[in-house]
This record gives sequence, C-alpha cells and structure tokens, in this order.
Amino acid sequence: MTRHTLSVLVENKPGVLARVSSLFSRRGFNIESLAVGPTEVSDVSRMTIVVNVESLPLEQVTKQLNKLINVLKIVELDQGAAVAREIMLVKVRADIDSRSKVIEVVQLFKAKVVDVAPEALTIEITGNPEKLADFLKVMEPFGIKELVKSGMVAVGRGSRSISDRSTRPADKAGERTA
Amino acid sequence: MSEQVTGAQSLVLSLEAAGVTDVFGIPGGAILPLYDPLMDSKQIRHILVRHEQGAGHAAEGYAAASGRVGVCMATSGPGATNLVTPIADAHMDSIPMVAVTGQVASASIGTDAFQEADIRGITMPITKHNFLVTNPDEIPQAIAEAFHLASTGRPGPVLVDVSKDALQAMTSFDWPPTINLPGYHPVTRPHAKQVREAARLIVEARQPVLYVGGGVVRANASPALLRLAELTGIPVVTTLMARGAFPDSHGLHLGMPGMHGTVAAVGALQKSDLLITLGARFDDRVTGKLSSFAPNATVIHADIDPAEIGKNRFADVPIVGDLLEIIPELTAAIEAEHAAGHQGDYEGWWSQLGHMREVYPLGYDHAEDGLSPQYVIERLGIISGENSVFTAGVGQHQMWAAQFIKYNQPRTWINSGGLGTMGFAVPAAMGAKVAVPDKTVWAVDGDGCFQMTNQELVTCTINEIPIKVALINNSSLGMVRQWQTLFYNERYSNTDLHSHRIPDFVKLADAYGCHGLRCESVEEVDATIEKAMSLNDAPVVIDFVVHKDAMVWPMVAAGTSNDEIMVARSMAPEWGSDD
Repeated sequence: MTRHTLSVLVENKPGVLARVSSLFSRRGFNIESLAVGPTEVSDVSRMTIVVNVESLPLEQVTKQLNKLINVLKIVELDQGAAVAREIMLVKVRADIDSRSKVIEVVQLFKAKVVDVAPEALTIEITGNPEKLADFLKVMEPFGIKELVKSGMVAVGRGSRSISDRSTRPADKAGERTA
Repeated sequence: MSEQVTGAQSLVLSLEAAGVTDVFGIPGGAILPLYDPLMDSKQIRHILVRHEQGAGHAAEGYAAASGRVGVCMATSGPGATNLVTPIADAHMDSIPMVAVTGQVASASIGTDAFQEADIRGITMPITKHNFLVTNPDEIPQAIAEAFHLASTGRPGPVLVDVSKDALQAMTSFDWPPTINLPGYHPVTRPHAKQVREAARLIVEARQPVLYVGGGVVRANASPALLRLAELTGIPVVTTLMARGAFPDSHGLHLGMPGMHGTVAAVGALQKSDLLITLGARFDDRVTGKLSSFAPNATVIHADIDPAEIGKNRFADVPIVGDLLEIIPELTAAIEAEHAAGHQGDYEGWWSQLGHMREVYPLGYDHAEDGLSPQYVIERLGIISGENSVFTAGVGQHQMWAAQFIKYNQPRTWINSGGLGTMGFAVPAAMGAKVAVPDKTVWAVDGDGCFQMTNQELVTCTINEIPIKVALINNSSLGMVRQWQTLFYNERYSNTDLHSHRIPDFVKLADAYGCHGLRCESVEEVDATIEKAMSLNDAPVVIDFVVHKDAMVWPMVAAGTSNDEIMVARSMAPEWGSDD
C-alpha cells in the first residue's frame, strides 16, 4: 500500500461529492482524507483526496473517476513535487504551571495560540502531516482535550497551474497504460 | 424566438426534438403534469405498460434491436424504484436509454413526502449520469444532454428526474439548447501508434484469436469485423453479448466462449498467444479463474471505455476509441504489413482448432421420454429463420438460445448478460417488436422468468404488439437446479416451481388475449412453431413442456479455470497436444 494524493477538479454541482465518495466506497477504497473547496475558476471546485492503495487499483480508480461526467480533471501529485498542508486546531491542557511550557512548544513549531482559558490553550497549527504529527507527540504529555484536523490540501510546485495541463488523463489513457 | 409553455410541454417538445417516437411508461401523481401534454403529441406513441420494470426492459429491448435510444417513464417513489432493475441492467450491458421520472415538488424534496424517493441518489452508481431538474428552464438542456450522454461514447442509461413544480411552472422552450458537459470527452479516434503495434503483433502471432464482445454490436462494427477477420483468417469467438456480431455460419467462427461456451472457443482463448479483444471486458463468465485465463496470450484490448482496459487483465496494447474507427484502421495497418511482406501464418493453429471443433461440437442428448429443451430451441431458430429477433430471460433457456440458435446478423440476439435479470425476455421482446415491427420477435423464456414479467403480454395484446413467446417450461428454476445437481448433492432446495400444474400457461395466455399453444412431444414441435408463425393478430405463447433434467453443457464451473471445462458431467475434453 502506498499513499497517493489526487487533485480532482469537478464541476461545482449538487451531488458531485456524493458521486465521488460513493465511487471510492463502491470500489472498496478507503479515503484517508478529503478536502473540497472553490478554486480560481468559478463553477469549478477542487477536491484533494488522499488514499492508500497500490498503484494498479489506483489507476482503475482514476479511470472510474474520470468517467464521472462532473469530473473535469484528475492529477496525481507527487509528494516531492507538491506542497501539502493540513490545518489542525488543538485544545491543550494548560494551567498556570504548564502554560509557559506549552507556549514554548507553540513557538518552536511556529504555531499560534488562538484562544486562552484558565485551564487550556487552543492552538492553531498548519503544516504537512509529518509536522502535525510531531507537534502532537510533543503536546501529548500536557494533555490533549480536543483535536480537529482538516483534510489535506495540496498544490504542485512551480509556475504551472493544474488548469494549464492540457488534457485529462482519460484522453491519453492509450498512451498512459502503454 | 421562444414560446411560453409549461415545463411539462417543454419536456414533451424536448423529447420530440430529440427524435423520440416511442415511450414506455406508467403515469402517477408526480408525473401527471407531463402526461397531459403527452396525450397531444403527434410524434410520440406512449405505450402504457403494466409494471415500470416492464417499461425499462422494453426500452432496453427497443434500443438493443434498433440502436436508437430507448425511453421509459415513471412517476416518483415506487414508480421510479421499479425502474432500478432495468436501469442497472442497461448500465451493465451498455444500452442507450433515457429514463424520465417525476419527482415530488421541490419544496417537499427531503421531507419524506408521499411517494418520495431519492431516485437520483439511488441510481448514481447504476447510471452513466443522472439529473435532478427543479428549474423548468433547464428541462431542454437536461433532455438534450441525457440523449447525448446515453448515445455517445460507451452507451448507457441516463435518468432525468423532474420535480412536479418544474413541470407545472411556465418556461420558455428553445431548441437546440447548449450542451455543456465540460467533463465529458469520449475518445473515438484510436491512437495510430497503438494500432500499428497491434497490426505488427497480429502478423507475428501464431495463435491469435479475435475475442469479440458486445461493443462490436453497439458500435455497429460488424461489417468492419467481417473484413478484418476475412483479411487475416484469424478465428473469431463471440461472447454472450456479441452473438450475431459475426455470422455463426462463417467458417472462421468458433462460437461462444465462457462458462457455457464451445470447447473450441474456450480452448482457443486458453491456448492463444494473442488475444485481439474488441469491445469485450474480460468478464468472469468468460475468463473463468482469471489467473489461469489465456496464460500465454499477449493482449490487445480495444474499447471505447478506458476504464475497461487493464481492469481485469493487463493490456499489452491498449487502444481507446470507437470500434467503428479502430477496426478499419487496424485492417488498413494489417494490409500495410501484408504489403511489406509480413503475413501471419496460422495454419498450425487452425489444424489444432479444427480438431477441437470437430471432436467437440455443441450437442445434446434427446430425452428418452419427453421433450428436450435444446431441440425445441434449435428448431425454433431454424423455422423462424433469419428475419427474426430473439430475446431471452436468464438461465438454462438463455444459454441454449445462445448456443443452438444460429445468429448471422447483429441485433438479432438480445439478452441480459451482465446483470442477469430474470424476467427480461417478455418486456424486451415487446420493446424490440415496437422498434423493428417487420421482424418476427421471439421471447425465449423459462417458466421461472416468465412468471416475473408476463403481465406485459397484456400490454402487447392491447397495443397490437404481436410478439411470440417460446416458454421452455421445465417446471423449475432450471439453472439453479443444475447447480444443485452438480454442486449440492442433488438437494433441490426451492427450485421446483410446479409449473406443470399451476399456472396453466395456455389458459393464462388466453386470459391475456394471446394465442396459447401447448407442445409436449417431439412430433408436435415443428407444427406448433409453424402454427405460431402463422398467427400475427395477437401475441402467441407456446408452452413447451420439457423434461427438467436437461443440463447446459459444456460448463466451466464458477471459480475454476477454463482448462477444467467439462463437455458433459465428469467429462473433460482432450485438448490435444500443446505445441
């Protein structure tokens, strides 16, 4: 099993998310994370989907995704050639004794305190999944009261935009599989 | 200049503009507004069926027989859910179909209103695409897009769900609307490099086979296939969905491969060094145990749907495109190879296959007492002849109809291949007869299947659609019984239908206003079929009372390798020497 990040451009129409997610479940793939939002083009949404699969079934998934009429384009983002970020909000136990130690870690990770209460701090942190995991490891001893994480969003490095890449993978399936 | 009409009128005008002449359906609350202007349409004949499933299968039969898009209609809730089986069937067998369903008023959607069902959600995985229209202005575009999607690329069913208020509101009608499907670009032109590579492999191969699937029928590529086969002299096998795509009478044809295929067709695939796959999808019923399927073969896979390529079997040479373009280009590329002095040599291959074909022809034993179902079906094919269309249900009778009727034209064999829907035959025959009224249309049906959908005989009688039904009545769920015989120690759990007693199919036919005939002996078979052929003023049902121990052979048991094909119980063929 390997981790793959798919960027999927879809028409912003009702039911698209259901079509995409049910396709994954029907074909037996677990979505590790999924994030949807608008893009620079109105009427077009972008999904970032992280899945754990072998490359052969992944090819089948992307082909099936391409068959969805509302799917405009699918690009697999290589980890090295893309910037990937998650956002996490963590409520950490922090009383008068531990507060300064917690803040020290926050500064170390370039995170941000967004809410202060007598017994807890709420911290916002953005980064790649590894950074967030490291942060949690350090915070755990203080006591994590609550945690919420967004799905991963990712964008390819360099000047080219996903909307530039001329054809959808499906159009070149003949070459791709060869 | 656009005229002001109701949404319902706009929908009827859209269907007319899309070229629809026949619709199968049943009205109900939510779709009532549509049925009012439909009554005034001079172009559209609406055939009132007795169950929505019948409407769906009729639309499928119509489309399969003619190549035109079949249309069915139903109201919201149960009307729409009754269409689910035919929609799933059309999706599996790539049948162009548009289903129009009424939906509760948009303000009530999501409130569990009376006769509300989320049919768009329900049919998402079994349609090529579907629409929910709540704005009457969007009706023409949705209908135009539905027909475009259903009929282009890999054909399939498209559902258009229209809320009642959208049907009732005023709107303007403009045609043609803009088709705006930015994510839909079916590739029809094959990649020239892949086609040349395929041609090179074909002339180099020693044991090639043309593995032909239903895509050839859908693409109307049979004449092109004939030229390709005759140019190369490569043996042809036609899958269950492709029966008729290549003439059975042709010397290059080895028959049907698969679970109940001929020894020669199954053997050819197994021993092949090159599969030239045209519009087929390596279905488990063809491949048997996938890991042992055609172990020595290089695979050329041509299909309009890129997702089929590499799905079950790795394709060495993938070709995405329309077979109507691919096959002629491949033929031309092979001609170029021939001109360059590269000619395929398949002589040794043919002597091997010829031996298999000779030693293991399709056959059956005549029953010692009673009637053999295979004999009935074989005679039916011979007597009814070329100008006939045969539909089938699912089970033993379907396999025998695929084996023992000789098909020489595409679109003369219509069955439920992928989904395996019992009850398909009668409504599909009705739809086919509407599409091609000048042909004799036979529903070859089993007594189990027939009891699922025979109510559509009423529709046939009343609407003067004189189909003919050959009921292969073995008084049991024959195929299931066969498996019980072979794999469940002859314990016949719930497969005896007692149809020899109840119902009396001749009386039932009579009650439906059909001609009911019965045939119980070999001597009566020809005369009964001929009698049925002479009756064209109403549907005909022949109750062929056949013996129930007949089994479908050859057989590759589910989950086993094609190498383990049995020509009869516990009888494996001698494959001959491998060379």
